[in-house]
Amino acid sequence: MTAPLPAQRSETAFADFKLPLMRDAAVAEANRCLFCSDAPCVNACPTHIDIPQFIRKIATDNVRSSAKTIFESNILGMSCARVCPVEVLCVGACVYNDLEQPPIAIGKLQRYATDMAFEKNWRFFEAGKPTGKKVALIGAGPASLAAAHELRRLGHACTIFEKRATIGGLNTFGVAPYKMKADRSLTEAEWVLAIGGIEVKTGVTVGEQVTLQQLEQQFDAVFVGAGLGADSALGIPGENLPGVYGAVAWIEHMKLTKADMSAVKSAVIVGGGNTAIDASRETRGLGVRSVTMLYRGTREGMSGYQHEWSAALEEGVGTAWQSLPIAFEGTGRVQRVKCVKLDASKRPIAGTEFTIEADLVLLAIGQAKLGDMLGSLAGVSVHKGIVKVDAHGFTGRAKWYAGGDCTNGGKEVVNAAAEGKAAARAIDAAIMKGAARA
Amino acid sequence: MPDLSTNTGGIHSPNPFWLASAPPANSGLQIQRAFEAGWGGAVWKTLGTPIQNVSSRFGGHTIGGVRGAGFNNIELITDRSIETNLREITETKKLFPKNPIIVSLMVETEAEWKDLIKRSIDAGGDGLELNFGCPHGMCERGMGSAVGQEPKINERITGWAVQYSTVPVLVKLTPNVSDIIPHGMAAKRGGAHGVSLINTIKSIIGVDIDRFVPNPRVGLASTNGGYCGSAVKPIALHMVAALARHKEFGLPISGIGGVCNWRDAVEFMLLGSSTVQVCTEVMLRGYRIVEDMIDGLQEYMRSHGFDRVDQMVGKAVPAFSEWGELDLNYETVAKIDADKCIGCQLCVAACHDGAHQCIHPQQDSRVPRVDESECVGCNLCQIVCPVPECISLVPVNNGFKPATWNEHVHQGKPLRPKKGAH
Repeated sequence: MTAPLPAQRSETAFADFKLPLMRDAAVAEANRCLFCSDAPCVNACPTHIDIPQFIRKIATDNVRSSAKTIFESNILGMSCARVCPVEVLCVGACVYNDLEQPPIAIGKLQRYATDMAFEKNWRFFEAGKPTGKKVALIGAGPASLAAAHELRRLGHACTIFEKRATIGGLNTFGVAPYKMKADRSLTEAEWVLAIGGIEVKTGVTVGEQVTLQQLEQQFDAVFVGAGLGADSALGIPGENLPGVYGAVAWIEHMKLTKADMSAVKSAVIVGGGNTAIDASRETRGLGVRSVTMLYRGTREGMSGYQHEWSAALEEGVGTAWQSLPIAFEGTGRVQRVKCVKLDASKRPIAGTEFTIEADLVLLAIGQAKLGDMLGSLAGVSVHKGIVKVDAHGFTGRAKWYAGGDCTNGGKEVVNAAAEGKAAARAIDAAIMKGAARA
Repeated sequence: MPDLSTNTGGIHSPNPFWLASAPPANSGLQIQRAFEAGWGGAVWKTLGTPIQNVSSRFGGHTIGGVRGAGFNNIELITDRSIETNLREITETKKLFPKNPIIVSLMVETEAEWKDLIKRSIDAGGDGLELNFGCPHGMCERGMGSAVGQEPKINERITGWAVQYSTVPVLVKLTPNVSDIIPHGMAAKRGGAHGVSLINTIKSIIGVDIDRFVPNPRVGLASTNGGYCGSAVKPIALHMVAALARHKEFGLPISGIGGVCNWRDAVEFMLLGSSTVQVCTEVMLRGYRIVEDMIDGLQEYMRSHGFDRVDQMVGKAVPAFSEWGELDLNYETVAKIDADKCIGCQLCVAACHDGAHQCIHPQQDSRVPRVDESECVGCNLCQIVCPVPECISLVPVNNGFKPATWNEHVHQGKPLRPKKGAH
């Protein structure tokens, strides 16, 4: 069903950036929680986990129920505990911030409860009574996994079509390894699939081995959780030189295989988003002595999170702000990046050209949007490659729903989980309209 | 520098902080280390016919992650020979002549009392404390709280002790009674020079919910123990204050029960204790907690203009009255400081579920709104609020003159309309 991971992977060199809590520390931290009413942390969570409740259950050593509370809202609660940017979500909303006291370590507490659930192999959910309805899901990433699990609880048969050999989506091949490694994502995906009744077809590309029309005919509904496509390119000279790669592709390579870094002395990462920061920290963590993040805007204007950037800075990542590559140069492989400084309007300033040595260049300037694959379906609207959906993931064409990065343009795992689940509920309401539940 | 010296029924101490008769006061070397750390006096662990103890002996009550917030024990009186204890008392008095040693005693017959009293005084004891309080083990043998619960027996044995003693006699009272007054008065009639209270409260500290055995566990059984520690302070304060305000009582009081720091000590003193005794907090943290107790008490006295301890002892007793003497027309309402509020809305949940449904969330702000026409001024919101001085209870001028229930019933004084009673 899913290809096993090689034991030798570059990502295994990384230790956890945020350390797990042991029991006593978890209980002490849980006891700090004020148990707010209409808690801001819950409102800040896209999946609306009842955070005060799960924390209170940790405080009383009722960890099994705590984990259940988490998974009830977010079946991917284990990975979200590690990969969520809690600093700008639940933890950022904690009222302790206004009290000038450390906010509750919600992510770490969630990890404590969900890790224990995995360790003890606790299971909380059963498939609903079969409805006879069938739902196809495109992509085996977080959005589809969350959607499929919810659909199974509601009794619908699910088939996931995944073009890769490996499931889990970005959780498996995109998350920074100091947050979560690929094997953990696969463990989670299998834990989710263990509800049963979800057929996973890997190595199947929708549009090739199976057509949209076939899916529409054979299934009662289709959920599109296709994620994003290939890394974008700059379209400048030398971009095809060996050593110049898309950052997302390189991260996948590094996470799933052993990347040869022996010849890499200096790396340039192009971009100012979270993928650029991840790639910078990852190359640095793999021992590249000089890592420079090259961004056309300013630190204040970058889309990457400030807390992630601070960590990169502490780990020794350098930066060139307001800088744009204009050519990659080298004999046989990339050796230098020719750049120019930009003004506040991101226009090149004449005479400011400079060169940075680099034998690895990673482009983190965005990814292709996959929405166009649905372009042939009348009633589905696609804007700049992004599939348009309503609040419940409905595309506007009967049977077709979507969620995750292909609809939001590239957000967090937790957004995908929330959107997948919401779409599953909407699918259930639509396909069960007028039908009696067994 | 305020003078911390005290006089409890003729027992003089350099400061009001005594070790209670308990494990921290079990031996000479321990008490010598305590005196070195700064403790004023020590009540020696109860002497009597040496006993045999069980293991385990202690149980802790964890509250909100705080270990030992409550505590209990099933340990008995000294398990060391009387001779050893007396020899160490003498040694300790030689090394620390200014620190009073009060010898706690528990025996059965008049002859035993007479003998042990003489030997304790001969050894150097500055005072005696009659253990009429122990609620576990010893009471099954007709001693400890079995004495303290029977005023006639209390009075008789106190009488013996006073008769045979040449040093002041304190009677240690048990809280395992419905009203402390008859027991304090019995000690007084017996001639005691003072009382110490409270001893521990009869308790089961918890249950091992996997083995189905109460704690602390002795094999596969347990027994009731004596509850103490921070959690018992409110009960102790009440019993101390009840005796302190009783018109016919008037004996000095050594306060015991959940004293953990200078602030607790001040509370006991303001309610009538001239000294305080500490056990549990020393068991949990060690003797060196006394440094902060001494410093903190001095700072408190300095900031309130007290030069001597006796100026503050009992200072809050006049304000401790019957419910029927409280002013029913005194009215307060809660005010929330919007600048300080962090929007946790604990007050909303507390008021809605636990009080009078007068604090409401607002649409456009996390700061809740108090409906003052419904607020009964109960204080719950202030208790749950995590932000210092964010919620205050502000007096309201309702135009009514003060009137107590007693004045209303006996003199017909008018009461303000009730709030929140619909």
